[in-house]
Amino acid sequence: MSPMMTDILLLAFGSFGILIALTFVGEVLRAREDPATNNPVLDTYMTRVQSWWGMVAFIGVALLLGKPGVMILFGFASFAALREFLTLTTKAQADHLSLALAFFVVLPLQYVFVGMEWAALYNVFIPVYAFLFLPMVSALRGNPEKFLVRVAETQWALMIAVYCVSLVPALMSVEVDGYGDRSLLLIAFLVMVVQFGDLLEYFFGRRIGRTRVAPGLSPKTWEGVMMGVASAAIIGAMLNWITPFGLIGAALMAAISSFVGMLGNLVVAAIKRDRGVKDWSHLIPGQGGFVDQLDSVIFAAPIFYMLTVYFYG
Amino acid sequence: MSYLRQFAARIVGQSIRIFARAITAVRAEWKGIEPVPRQRVYFANHTSNADMPMIWSVLPPAMRRTVRPVAAADYWLKNKLRAFVGPEVFNCVLVDRRPEVKDKPMDKIIAALDEGSSLIIFPEGNRNMTDDPLLPFKAGLYNMGVARPEVDLVPTWVANLTEIMPKGEIIPLPLICTVTFGEPIHVKKGESKDDFLKRASDALLAQRPEVRS
Repeated sequence: MSPMMTDILLLAFGSFGILIALTFVGEVLRAREDPATNNPVLDTYMTRVQSWWGMVAFIGVALLLGKPGVMILFGFASFAALREFLTLTTKAQADHLSLALAFFVVLPLQYVFVGMEWAALYNVFIPVYAFLFLPMVSALRGNPEKFLVRVAETQWALMIAVYCVSLVPALMSVEVDGYGDRSLLLIAFLVMVVQFGDLLEYFFGRRIGRTRVAPGLSPKTWEGVMMGVASAAIIGAMLNWITPFGLIGAALMAAISSFVGMLGNLVVAAIKRDRGVKDWSHLIPGQGGFVDQLDSVIFAAPIFYMLTVYFYG
Repeated sequence: MSYLRQFAARIVGQSIRIFARAITAVRAEWKGIEPVPRQRVYFANHTSNADMPMIWSVLPPAMRRTVRPVAAADYWLKNKLRAFVGPEVFNCVLVDRRPEVKDKPMDKIIAALDEGSSLIIFPEGNRNMTDDPLLPFKAGLYNMGVARPEVDLVPTWVANLTEIMPKGEIIPLPLICTVTFGEPIHVKKGESKDDFLKRASDALLAQRPEVRS
């Protein structure tokens, strides 16, 4: 067994240990409760823990399968996220072809470029080429009504759901001196610090939260965010053995990713508020859609990727 | 031979359901009723040929086995493939809309209700190609409600299909389709046909999910 496999298995067992503890806490709380009353917070917590089991299993299996597994997993996540996003955006029949191209050409090509490790192409394909050409395809159909809104919202959907998500598997192609071919582990690191930061932000926000970050948008509080980021830094430091960043570097990378992810969560909340929906879809029980579940990872991924390339690549 | 056909119909039905799920992530929103096997008439908006398969796909298996879509014979008997899919996969009640035909559509519909089947009907009569959300309803829904007043008439809104597959396009977009089931209505005592159809139409419109843009 390669050292990376051992690391992945260690991480998986660690995550399973934490999940078993979380499930146990939930079951104890439920058992102590009067069965007649129903506690929505506990129910939400339990469905969330169940979804995390699924997530850990999926990501764990994908990492063990190596590159193809990761590509398929995130390609599917991109598809689901794009589908959720474009269901809510402004569109006209004139955009039909450009939207079809977004789903069936742009998305697969981006993942081909990431798979081929053509960094020069996958970094500009959507921000430049899709940005220029899809509006042209829409314009050819000659419907000017809400044109800028239509093309801008489509581009936003592609940037969030395809470009940002694809930079998670793109971490596999980052070459770091002395790190060997263990860059798969960067994915595990990013997902874990951001998701645990979110979880602890939620927990501390409920406990000690006072000052709302963005009232009218989200119940997030500065106290919760600070504690969440601090927790992410500690978890990052504890996970530094799977990264090339060193102790301080890992803590910093974790803190930055977690903070950017939380702000990204606010952006997604603003979009949902604007469209008058609570969740992006109902694909994941207790969590809403893929965008709801992954919003913080989606926003953190490009920053994490760029910092890794810039400082360690 | 007939076993083989039944088996083929099951396979085709499952494939249609899986295809609908994979492409449009179609899901049911049970707003006004529970997904329990109970005799109902689901009346839905009609913008595309995919409406009926979508509703059919989101029903749980036990309900799917007892539901019969009411559909036009001229469409489903056009060729051999359709004649297999319509009557055998979806178990359609085929009605002939031509006025000169002897067997009246309503007799077949009432007969299907008396057998205990639930029905899927499109009370607008035709596909809605206009910008209005609904066309005026035909009298059929009212006649069913009067003839069999105990049956629940469930307003069923199929959302987003016009964007998934607008008329004249070839490639379907994989957007999320939602089927919303509202609270059942019944024909009230002494209610006139027009009043009831207006109420039914409003009840159906009320199920439309609101997305601001």
